[in-house]
Amino acid sequence: MPAFIIAEKCDGCKGRDRTACMYACPNDLMVLDKVTMKAYNRDPWMCWECLCCAKICPQQAIDLRGYADFVPLGASAIPLRSTDSILWTIRFRNGTVKRFKFPVRNTEEGSAVPGGKFGPGRAEDINSPYLFTEPASLGVELPVLKK
Amino acid sequence: MAACGAAVEAAYWGKKHGVKVTLVDKAALDRSGAVAMGLSAINQYMGLSGRAQNKNTVEDYVDYVTRDLMGITRQDLVYDIARHVDSSVHLFEQWGLPIWKTGEGKYVNEGRWQLLINGESYKVIVAEAAKNALGPENIYERIFILEPLLDGDRVAGAVGFSVRENKFFVFKAKAVLVAMGGAVGVFKPRSTGEGLGRSWYPPFSTGSSAYFTIRSGAEMTCQEVRFIPVRFKDAYGPVGAWFLHFKSRATSALGGEYMVERRAELEKWGPYGLARPIPANLRNYLGMLDCFEGKGPVYMRTDEAIARLAAQGEGDARALKKKMKQLETEAWEDFLDMTISQALLWAATNTEPEKRSSEIAAAEPYFIGSHSGASGAWVSGPADLAPSEYFWGYGNMTTVRGLFAAGDASGASSHKFSSGSHAEGRIAAKSAVKFILENSVRPDVDGAVVEELKDRIYRPLATYEKYRNYTTNPDINPNYIRPKMYMYRLQKLMDEYAGGVSANFSTNTPSLERALELLAFLREDAEKLAAQDLHELMRCWENVHRTWQAEAHVRTVLFREETRWPGYYYRADYPEMDEKNWHCFANITWNPASGQWTCAKRPVLHIL
Repeated sequence: MPAFIIAEKCDGCKGRDRTACMYACPNDLMVLDKVTMKAYNRDPWMCWECLCCAKICPQQAIDLRGYADFVPLGASAIPLRSTDSILWTIRFRNGTVKRFKFPVRNTEEGSAVPGGKFGPGRAEDINSPYLFTEPASLGVELPVLKK
Repeated sequence: MAACGAAVEAAYWGKKHGVKVTLVDKAALDRSGAVAMGLSAINQYMGLSGRAQNKNTVEDYVDYVTRDLMGITRQDLVYDIARHVDSSVHLFEQWGLPIWKTGEGKYVNEGRWQLLINGESYKVIVAEAAKNALGPENIYERIFILEPLLDGDRVAGAVGFSVRENKFFVFKAKAVLVAMGGAVGVFKPRSTGEGLGRSWYPPFSTGSSAYFTIRSGAEMTCQEVRFIPVRFKDAYGPVGAWFLHFKSRATSALGGEYMVERRAELEKWGPYGLARPIPANLRNYLGMLDCFEGKGPVYMRTDEAIARLAAQGEGDARALKKKMKQLETEAWEDFLDMTISQALLWAATNTEPEKRSSEIAAAEPYFIGSHSGASGAWVSGPADLAPSEYFWGYGNMTTVRGLFAAGDASGASSHKFSSGSHAEGRIAAKSAVKFILENSVRPDVDGAVVEELKDRIYRPLATYEKYRNYTTNPDINPNYIRPKMYMYRLQKLMDEYAGGVSANFSTNTPSLERALELLAFLREDAEKLAAQDLHELMRCWENVHRTWQAEAHVRTVLFREETRWPGYYYRADYPEMDEKNWHCFANITWNPASGQWTCAKRPVLHIL
């Protein structure tokens, strides 16, 4: 089923401007059932288990049931992603639980400036081999072939 | 990644010169493409400015890539990407991507060229810069681009449809840059149940780049150079950290180390077999030889590797405990950042890597110009690096005027990975803006052609509606074929006749000719694909895209009468490498006017 939605927890993102999992899924798998107002994974055989849906779900209503053709039942891998880190809870089939926390970014969400702090560099000429932040963004002069 | 690189670069030059830039994505830019899930490493970084533990030259990299691809690579393209890649990585860091640092503040090298990152949000961060550069009004999401528009020998735009609403899109353009990923699902995967989705590369990369450039009439290169990754079995978790960072060994089930025991085999593939590091396909091949002899499964000796690393803290119980905890966290993050399924598989099988080894296996074949495969469009090199045979006016332009390619869409420039794809997207975008400034006449788009395309693209919906009530079960109907069964048909024939998993990656002339015969039937039946909704319509066209990638592959494998990448595929009727006749590119072109395919040799010209 790969990523599945826990019926009780899903509120269909009511009152939000978009259905989060439907927005995120790179494979167009998540659909909002407008009658039940719950989302579902329409084609488990095409799910990559990337959990882009679970990471963005405001209700934490999405979980993973490993591919039934090779993953034994009973384990789980649950992400809790915030603006700067992700907390994983891994539950083994034998009950062992492991938790890991990793940073996901060092800056404020939305703050990425296309040229960074490098500015336009020396790239005034469309005919030059410099990209627009170079050579500042390289930290050295652009390598050229010694002929 | 290539598209996001293109976005930041094109936005800058476009603004400066008054050129409008539009980006179209099949999904949501934040989480689309191969890096959607995240990555645990950046695989291409030179370290030119001394910011990493390792300092390499661009020449070192070109040399490495040339050997890894058994001598067949475009050094001008590889050089160009390598000299710009650090720029992109430094931008990623400023945008907020956490890169591991040593106590002295240097980037931590996983391997010679690889950097370790906390990469769960890699794509989100890189997409954010792209969005901030272009502005939301210039970005179209959930539009599946299907076909090129042409005006004579020049590209004139693209058409596609929304997978969410009943809307057809016509984009008219003076230049088009293709960065629509590689191709997955052309060959039958090892897992054919639910695990079909657990491909190593994403199941939503379906050959759209190759289809678009082939259908434009662009010359394609290295269509035979598929990639077969050896990964943790079934869930396809990454092995790079285990080999490079944890220094793990791989052995057969009987305990033998095939990389040592089969060393003599490498001499047959000289001079590449003698190169260090050993080319990826030859490493594959040595492991495959063990498996063919029944010595599988092959294991990654994780327990042994961790024990050896932990021994560095021995004698001091606290230091040992701390070291073990650090190694455990690193091992799990490697999977959780980029292959969550592998972490789940470990948990479901009670696998703790410090306690027991895990199986690794050669996956099914993929088409990917950015990794250790090489398939893609044949593009012009940069003005200051390319020999005249490789230069036709604009860097990264295909042989069709105004049509550019980057990332998995451009061929013969392997090992660009995520960071190099971003840099190549930037290179191609700047070049495309230059093309527009020098070729400012707007190409003509024939309205009748657009109407015809629209009719053709939506036909599977009409077919389904027309015939669905003829039978009592919509899955069994002689008037049409549904996309999933069409895909299985493609995968089965490719697997059995073109050297897939069940054929031990081996093929020969009669098999390839049979594949072409079956592909011809399949292409005819593609006219009868049926879709019950827009989602299924997308699946129909994804499979048509896969079919064209398949045909280009089969024809090129047939054309090259030798075996050069034995760990990717083996021509049983030409089992040896033939440097005299085949130290060259095998290119293929489909002519949109005649519908004919033509293969041609192109010279390998080294710039170093």
